[in-house]
Amino acid sequence: MKFILLTGRTLGQGRSKEIGKLSDEYAKNVGICEFDPEDLKSLQISPGQNVSVTTKHGTVVVKAALSTQAPHRGLIFMPYGLWTSMICDPETHQTGMPSLKGIEAEVTPAPGEKVLSLRDLVAYISGEK
Amino acid sequence: MAEKTIQDVVCTFCGCCCDNLEVKIKDERILGVRNSCAISMSKFLNYDRERLSAPVQRKNGSFEEMKFEDAVEKTASILANAKYPILYGWSLTSCEAIEIGVELAELVGGVIDNTTTTCHGPSILGVHDIGESTCTLGEVRHRADLVVYWGCNPVHAHPLHMLRYSVQSKGRFRKGRKDRKLIVVDVRKTDTAKQADYFIQVAPNQDYELLSALRTAVKMGEIEQNSIAGVPVEKVEEIADLMINCEFGIIFYGLGLTMSTGKSRNIDAALSLVRELNNRTKFLIMPMRGHFNVTGANQVTAWQTGYPFAVDFSKGYPRYNPGDTSAVDILARGECDAALVVASDPISNFPVVASRHLSRVPLVTIDPHFTPTTLASDIVIPSSFVGIETGGTVYRMDGVPLLTRKLVEPPKGVRSDEEILSAILRRTRELKGVA
Repeated sequence: MKFILLTGRTLGQGRSKEIGKLSDEYAKNVGICEFDPEDLKSLQISPGQNVSVTTKHGTVVVKAALSTQAPHRGLIFMPYGLWTSMICDPETHQTGMPSLKGIEAEVTPAPGEKVLSLRDLVAYISGEK
Repeated sequence: MAEKTIQDVVCTFCGCCCDNLEVKIKDERILGVRNSCAISMSKFLNYDRERLSAPVQRKNGSFEEMKFEDAVEKTASILANAKYPILYGWSLTSCEAIEIGVELAELVGGVIDNTTTTCHGPSILGVHDIGESTCTLGEVRHRADLVVYWGCNPVHAHPLHMLRYSVQSKGRFRKGRKDRKLIVVDVRKTDTAKQADYFIQVAPNQDYELLSALRTAVKMGEIEQNSIAGVPVEKVEEIADLMINCEFGIIFYGLGLTMSTGKSRNIDAALSLVRELNNRTKFLIMPMRGHFNVTGANQVTAWQTGYPFAVDFSKGYPRYNPGDTSAVDILARGECDAALVVASDPISNFPVVASRHLSRVPLVTIDPHFTPTTLASDIVIPSSFVGIETGGTVYRMDGVPLLTRKLVEPPKGVRSDEEILSAILRRTRELKGVA
């Protein structure tokens, strides 16, 4: 199903990043994608299930979550963090700012796939160092 | 040691820099915080988790402890030998540390950029184009009768902003929420929007259109469409009327404008709307700066080089051309050959193509915490927390400087950013043969 992806700050992201970015709390609050309740129904998935979010720039598996900032049919929201950075648009349009809101994305249920940890994602980015 | 409470502590989380915190301390540990928001409380109570106590270097894929002097020597050598190093971060440290960073960038002919580049960089570009009618947060508190939050969600990102500085604050001439109107423009019905008197749900990536339509309405022009950006024209005209008829209005805007299609052009449109409104009433505008001292990073870099971020010294004098001299662009093009990251975590927040290059050049990080950036670094030098373990000057989002204080001792052997950067600067000067 096609969506427009937004990224941003949430209270949970802000609080848990201060607990520590390697903490379980952080992964629970940041490795997620928030959906409008109606969209979640259309996708036939429940909060907590894994979904794969794909943009032109990459794919990442995160947990689906129910948005508390609804309604926003057709929009999905992911908190700032490494999971989101895996799929955001590096184009800065000569401003220095990558495109982190309003990105076209496709979501599919991913029951057999795993949400990678922050350490796994860093290893993927930096390779064998 | 007896328990003590320190009053009027400056919060170190967001650009609100709330300066009325009460921090309870015993035996060099923070026991509790009052007057803080949930995020600030989390920061003050958890700052000492996931800390390194000594510098480390990467050897055979894992980190090994090293002496501070050796870490300084290696960092200085990496920077002195690099052709085009990038010095990035700065928003969670003090102005005094940033000053040393600018000197170091000039010495090594590198680029110094701060986190503005991925938050309100487009806002600064907009201000270059149009100019800005702004004020301090104190003026908003005392005078504003109309507050607009556009593309921002302060309930989540700046939790005490509404209470201390805007709609819910008690000012001299506006006593509280009932004396003020709140308009929220957002693509979602956020927790901030739920408190609004008027909520406008704008279509994603169409803020520019809505801002332009409002400007037309303020100029009493005719809008020849039924709806703009998903908003009926009658609603646009109603909001324009509210803006014209207020006594003191302000737009606070967030990354909903800077990160969406249009970027700096959205800011041009917002600043132009405010300019137009000033023909009819008093109206101001202010970006909701996110990182603690990101405004200070702009101030220091601007007063030392003439430019607020993305400053390139590779030609021996400062140049500024965001899109060319900005961190994400330089990294995405694979141009820099070494990096020093201070008080920031770019690998969490940069697009993969930029992070990949950053993690593959010699990378030194100075930071109090373990983060994805420290995990990808070759050398990590742990530092103390500004505003908790060391003092220093910071700037609030409205450009008001505040002095932070040391509340508790840092872990043994952990130095401040200022001390670490001074040592690196000294050694780099020697290596470069500069007196």
